[in-house]
Amino acid sequence: MAERTQLIHHYLRHNKKFPHVYCAGCGHGIALGSLIRSVHALGWSKDEVVMVAGIGCSGRMAVYVDFNTVHAVHGRALTIATGIKLSNPNLKVIVVMGDGDALSIGGNHFIHAARRNIGLSVLVLNNNIYGMTGGQCSSTTPLGATTTTTPFGQMEKSFDLVELAAAAGANYVARASAFHAQGMDKLMQATFTHRGFSLLEVVSPCHTQYGRKNKFKTVVDMYRWLKESATPLEQYRKLSAEKAKGRIPLGVFVDRDEPSLEERYADLRADQTAQAGRR
Amino acid sequence: MSKKKGQSKVTVYPDWCKGCGLCAAFCPAKVLEIGADGKARAVREEDCVDCGFCELHCPDFAILVTPKDKSRRKDNHVVPAARE
Ligand SMILES: Cc1ncc(C[n+]2csc(CCOP(=O)(O)OP(=O)(O)O)c2C)c(N)n1
Ligand code: SF4
Repeated sequence: MAERTQLIHHYLRHNKKFPHVYCAGCGHGIALGSLIRSVHALGWSKDEVVMVAGIGCSGRMAVYVDFNTVHAVHGRALTIATGIKLSNPNLKVIVVMGDGDALSIGGNHFIHAARRNIGLSVLVLNNNIYGMTGGQCSSTTPLGATTTTTPFGQMEKSFDLVELAAAAGANYVARASAFHAQGMDKLMQATFTHRGFSLLEVVSPCHTQYGRKNKFKTVVDMYRWLKESATPLEQYRKLSAEKAKGRIPLGVFVDRDEPSLEERYADLRADQTAQAGRR
Repeated sequence: MSKKKGQSKVTVYPDWCKGCGLCAAFCPAKVLEIGADGKARAVREEDCVDCGFCELHCPDFAILVTPKDKSRRKDNHVVPAARE
């Protein structure tokens, strides 16, 4: 049996050009590795997995993996995934989006998909920037950060993805980091198997469009920063506000067991059919 | 950890490596270096402690860590549930 890397090569589409287009050191590549290991670990066949990805560097992922894939429209991956899940709830539907994709153009779909608690496994690769289109600020760009559209520093406050999803009603909400791949594998498997709307935010360094403009000399420096600032959630919760400043809590934030939309729909359908039979 | 030292082979696929330097920067045993060609290579393979960091974190799937001993070459890196 394959070692990890060989395993990953097994799940890639060999008619595509490799190495992939991601820049050297891009966190999206690490997330892709984790995704493949997780699908393999769960024993899912390639045919029962549907990956719906948006547009952006993150969305490119759908091009490379040998599952059923939809490279959707920017910001609309969740709408297409909703249709797929409702038409065949047995499919494992994985949605991959960037922060711009999920929260800027697609923010409305994001909160409503979470509110409906539809059974989707949602990965948001958060690099705090629009990577693909030239480094414009996104709704997760931190206050003060320099981007091509905020040359004097971002003036707006950013979204906390985890809090947003939790408030909107997601059943499962977690955060992982590209520097902590083993932890990411665990959280990803949990995200893939949890009932209802399950979100995993992956903190994913983009040096090309974000790091360079924000005092990270090399991409390795961004991973050093992740190594230093990432904190397990349990530990993070014990820190004083002052000590917690600038730290990135990783772990499981929400773990609810509400019935999902497709389950409610199946129940309703069974009820209605039974009633019609009685009439 | 030290028990495992020197028991692994570290292979880099140069065609897939983009030379980001993550493996070289974070390898606890300093096994890897970025060469003049801008690609990673295992310069101190005998020091490898088989932690698997480089293989897990290579964004380009360009590194393989395998036991030198063929009888150990089963599935030591894949999560247990994955074994078929
Ligand atoms: C409707 C529409 N508007 C705008 C674009 C241009 N566009 C492509 S990707 C992108 C943003 C990508 O940023 P993000 O979603 O954060 O992904 P990343 O590239 O950072 O992974 C934009 C604005 C588009 N393709 N379609
Ligand atoms: S621009 Fe950023 S997000 Fe896109 S591939 Fe490069 S490093 Fe990754």
